[in-house]
Amino acid sequence: METKNMMIVGVGGQGTLLASKLLGRLLLTKGFDVKVSEVHGMSQRGGSVVTYVRWGDRVCSPIIDKGQADCILSFEMLEAARYTEYLKPGGRIIVNSQQINPMPVIAGAAAYPENLAEKLAALDAKVDAFDALSLAEEAGSSKAVNLVLMGRLAKHFDFTDEEWMDAIEKSVPSKFLEMNKKAFESGKAS
Amino acid sequence: MKTLMLGNEAVARGLYEAGCSFVSSYPGTPSTEITECVAKYEEVYAEWAPNEKVALEAAFGASLRGVRSFCAMKHVGLNVAADPLFTISYTGVNAGLIIGVADDAGMHSSQNEQDSRHYAMAARIPMLEPSDSAEGLAFAKLAYELSEQFDTAVLLKMCTRVSHSQSVVETGERKLPAQRAYEKNPAKYIMMPANAKRRHPEVEARTKALTEWAETAEINRVEPGQKKTYGIITSSTCYQYVKEALGDTYPVLKLGMIWPMPEKKIRDFAAAVEKLVVVEELDGFIEAHCRSLGLTVSGKDLFPEIGELSQNMVQEKLGQAVQKGEILSEEIPARPPVMCAGCPHRSLFYVLKKLNLTVLGDIGCYTLGAVAPLNAIDTTVCMGASVSGLHGFVKAGDEESAGKTVAVIGDSTFIHSGVTGLINIAYNESNSTVIILDNSITGMTGHQQNPTTGYNLKGDPCTKIDLESLCHAVGIKRVRVVDPYDMETCQTVIKEELAAKEPSVIISRRPCALLKYVKHPGPICANPEKCKGCKACMSIGCPAISMVDGKAVIDETLCVGCGVCEQLCKFGALSQREKNF
Repeated sequence: METKNMMIVGVGGQGTLLASKLLGRLLLTKGFDVKVSEVHGMSQRGGSVVTYVRWGDRVCSPIIDKGQADCILSFEMLEAARYTEYLKPGGRIIVNSQQINPMPVIAGAAAYPENLAEKLAALDAKVDAFDALSLAEEAGSSKAVNLVLMGRLAKHFDFTDEEWMDAIEKSVPSKFLEMNKKAFESGKAS
Repeated sequence: MKTLMLGNEAVARGLYEAGCSFVSSYPGTPSTEITECVAKYEEVYAEWAPNEKVALEAAFGASLRGVRSFCAMKHVGLNVAADPLFTISYTGVNAGLIIGVADDAGMHSSQNEQDSRHYAMAARIPMLEPSDSAEGLAFAKLAYELSEQFDTAVLLKMCTRVSHSQSVVETGERKLPAQRAYEKNPAKYIMMPANAKRRHPEVEARTKALTEWAETAEINRVEPGQKKTYGIITSSTCYQYVKEALGDTYPVLKLGMIWPMPEKKIRDFAAAVEKLVVVEELDGFIEAHCRSLGLTVSGKDLFPEIGELSQNMVQEKLGQAVQKGEILSEEIPARPPVMCAGCPHRSLFYVLKKLNLTVLGDIGCYTLGAVAPLNAIDTTVCMGASVSGLHGFVKAGDEESAGKTVAVIGDSTFIHSGVTGLINIAYNESNSTVIILDNSITGMTGHQQNPTTGYNLKGDPCTKIDLESLCHAVGIKRVRVVDPYDMETCQTVIKEELAAKEPSVIISRRPCALLKYVKHPGPICANPEKCKGCKACMSIGCPAISMVDGKAVIDETLCVGCGVCEQLCKFGALSQREKNF
């Protein structure tokens, strides 16, 4: 099969790393060759972060280049807008509609673009914007946004619930397992 | 068993399987996880050293005593370890010794973009360069064999994309070689001139032998292609970009050992293709070798010396069609990294800026004090440069400028190489004021313990270096401790120490807000009735505060309640207590 490319983007601290690890782990159990590229160090400090998940028969490059992503899973609106150039024509964008102001906006040096959801929808892309933050809070914590998004993403994979749950169990601390499972379910049911 | 592993984790696994028993490193992105992962194996002794020079010398000592040893560092760390590196090349080893070094093309988390491959050639130490996690594991094991076969340390060169990408590896069992006996051998291990003169020819002979090995080594392999228009020589992550972009269109010579490089193998490869192209990141290192063989080669005329390469770039430069995506016709504001909400550095920098001081900075999270709106740092060069630079700056200036200049340095960085600068300040008596930002952890690289935290790499309690006593011991009489959250006291103390006519150290002490044991009072409450929209609270650049319709708003998911903004608000609009009413 042709290699599939998923970009997971967001703001440092939102849990994008855990999402990419979880997905990578699951894809490996399904027998794919998998590469997951992560971001560590300085950019984790509230900066724009991007991780790449690639799977197929043989995956070479660990990164996704412009025009190659089948799907962008974005934890925040502005970050979805930032990386549209990486999406394949007709690709899918799943985005948490939350707005997190970057420092230039907070400091008044730049403006947060308006009506981003509409502008994304005007692209040659399948856009699914929804409020993952509220669902995460309902599940018990704003930190569970990543699992809500994984749940929403799960609709586009033909993996069983057991397979997802197994990957979740292996990826999140046991203390927060129930809350994260709940967040995943609510994302999937939404 | 097949598992997904980070390149760094796979190297750690390879070390473990090869029977590595001693690891000493200093953290540095993107190398840090090698040491963190290997420390999880009970059979391996692993430690954080105060700096990379100490780490390499400790690893060398362990090799001498007969166990396979390892040390890891980032590219700039190898500069610190360069002194022992060049002479360990002469002594050789007893048990195998590997030096892991991770470059950061694109400078994701670094102050420069140096190409560490030059060290291999300069120090005459062989360097292996894995291109994914499976090779990370395999090359770590191979490096020990080479180290012992050729009596040399071996450099294992990583880069951000290999270190921080997960790919599939197959793990094996650990095989522990018997500890080698240590035997006195002054001619080999005492590098004074008479002995070193006899060792240098050995080094050159070894290089010849390694070059021979490189000619037939499996890790330097030719992969056939359908067309001979181009022949591509590549290594590391660039090999993956080439295969992604071109598949098996053109023949590829993939170099697993980047120094010394084969000669005949490269000549033969070049002779079989129409045009020789080198695809490599940063400097034209392989390219220069090809030129030294008298070959006509393309490389840096096509690919940049700056930043990372990618599969699209390989396609584009070799005349293939490149995929394109759609850009949103919209100004997208940048999202630079920022100090976290509750970061103890923020308020200290606010005070420094308020006092309009010249601030010589250093390497760590606090480098972010340089960005708007704090803009509180004047320089950042390398680990420790704030303290030593301050001494020169003060000596070269007048009394007034001494009273307006400070150095800021973190606890871990101070131990790494700030303390020697402080000794210079004390010994040569400059009227310097050094501020140690003690957040009780090595922050930027992801919370590693260090000699001032009281815990070791394995998480066990250990000797805690007392910073106050250390500063006193090196001859600094004035040592003050402040809480950075208390801005008024900070300001008073900084003014007093700047006015003092002798060297002084101010320790700004409060643990990193992200440490699990740190308890926070909970978010600050903003009262829109009291807020006058003066934006005083915005001047600290806290990501948890923003202005909405002219009023301050607190993001409760981020705010930890440090109370710094509360001290800035003259109208009592931001308050912890507010919620109780």
